[in-house]
Amino acid sequence: MDWYPLINSLRIAAISSVIVFFAGIFAAYYVARLPRLIKGVLDVVLTLPLVLPPTVVGYFLLLVFGVQRPIGMWLDSVGIRFVMTWYGGVITASVVAFPLMYRTARGAFESFDDTLAYSGQTLGLSNSYIFWRIRMPYCRQGILAGTVLAFARALGEYGATSMLIGYTPGRTATISTSVYQYWRTGDDRSAMIWVLINLAISAVVLLTVNLLEKKQRGGAQR
Amino acid sequence: MSLVVDIRKSLGDFRLDVSFTAEDGVMGILGPSGCGKSMTLRCIAGVEKPDEGRIELDGVTLFDSARGINLRPQRRRVGYLFQNYALFPNMTVRQNILCGLRHEKDRAKREQLMSEYIELMQLGGLEGHYPSQLSGGQQQRVALARILVNRPRLLMLDEPFSALDSHLREKLLVEMKAILRRYGGVSLAVTHSRDEAYDLCSSIALMDSGRIHVHRPTKALFADPGTLIGAAMTGCKNFSRARKCGEYEVEALDWGIRLRAAKPVGGGVTHVGIRAHYFSPSCRQNLYPVTLLDTIEEPFEDIIRFRYAAQPEGTPDLWWRLPKQFRPQGAAESYALGTAAANVLLLSDTTDNDN
Repeated sequence: MDWYPLINSLRIAAISSVIVFFAGIFAAYYVARLPRLIKGVLDVVLTLPLVLPPTVVGYFLLLVFGVQRPIGMWLDSVGIRFVMTWYGGVITASVVAFPLMYRTARGAFESFDDTLAYSGQTLGLSNSYIFWRIRMPYCRQGILAGTVLAFARALGEYGATSMLIGYTPGRTATISTSVYQYWRTGDDRSAMIWVLINLAISAVVLLTVNLLEKKQRGGAQR
Repeated sequence: MSLVVDIRKSLGDFRLDVSFTAEDGVMGILGPSGCGKSMTLRCIAGVEKPDEGRIELDGVTLFDSARGINLRPQRRRVGYLFQNYALFPNMTVRQNILCGLRHEKDRAKREQLMSEYIELMQLGGLEGHYPSQLSGGQQQRVALARILVNRPRLLMLDEPFSALDSHLREKLLVEMKAILRRYGGVSLAVTHSRDEAYDLCSSIALMDSGRIHVHRPTKALFADPGTLIGAAMTGCKNFSRARKCGEYEVEALDWGIRLRAAKPVGGGVTHVGIRAHYFSPSCRQNLYPVTLLDTIEEPFEDIIRFRYAAQPEGTPDLWWRLPKQFRPQGAAESYALGTAAANVLLLSDTTDNDN
């Protein structure tokens, strides 16, 4: 059996989760501090990929990264190509999963008690120490939830991915595009295998998170 | 050691306009919630930026809009005890206190200061506990330890006792006074409780609607609040419009009586006030017949509503507060109450700013 779709899906989901983790937190933290008008506009723009059909997102990404387009052409000239390559999948998964991280992190940050940051500042703690050692641990449940959602979404991304990187066995195939291809070509048995693999991964991820969460909470109340 | 504050800030309809000077000792800022007390502390700490003005601590300019100076809170060396203590919930007592010691690079010295303050604040044995496992009083001591190991140039307490059960308050008030005495520098304590302010503070500023109306030594402020609003904020319940009718005498228009005061009546006097505690049937001064109306009973005191016999219609009733054992006997109509000349508060309706 060809395990390529599994490896490819996992690396795409893992890399885009890392990207989305930092980008989502960064956006959530700074957008909240912007003037109201800019905040409103940015909020819409950053959340759009969540509500747009993934094919529309894929279409937009092709507009940007297509090899006939200025940016795509320039990238191609320096040897980077996102169309029909597995790392193009990282782009699509990141864009589609980003709003999940952004919105959950923003919700978590909004529940943060600002007097904790203020007291840290008056004690002379640097802003980055306050961010990583006080704000992030305080908001960890929301942040963790956002990361898991983003990972799950990145793992299951189909629409935009199939438009930007297509389906090439051994090169760009992911679990979700494989399921579709096997079903379309009548190979029901292979499709079912990949469906079960996908289910197993999702279950393991959710279970791990629940366990981690329980352990952390137990630690804090010891 | 001194703190000079002169700042203005607008927030929607609310306008903060505060100026005062605080010396060594505890200065209280007394006022109702929403009057701008906490905002003032935040501006001094640097977590909130005034629109304009100047803040100076021990000769160091923390903020000066004219010169474009606005020191980061990290560099102000201002200790700020928040109303909820703001302990970091993900850190133990020890880790919380270490946050105040990060400036100290020498490990041995850090450990020594740590154990010194653990002992001073009676936190021995609690080092490994998380804030959620501590009582309110313990949380407050951890927060104070964390602030004091940082050696602040100014100590600010925001409603230090509001988060505590009332039966703990007296005990912690005593502890807090000892801590403040040991600290010795300039302290600001914000509160809406005049009892706390009276006990804790060497001087008190009365604040209302974003402004400080009067700032005086505590005892002097309570003995002679000077303004109508000052008398009300220090707990005076009985007021009457007044007209000067002699060097030491005013006519209390709403009560239909003349009152003798202990000091000369100034030109600006528009009202008189008498605190509910300061009436007595055995006092010969300012003695007038009254009609007792009804009684509100408290566990150890009675509060009696009454009117002067000559009091005009439509004026508010007066309140007399007395210990239970002195409850008046006999007919309510044939009663007379006096008040010492020294307890007649001469007040003006305009606000003044003398310090």
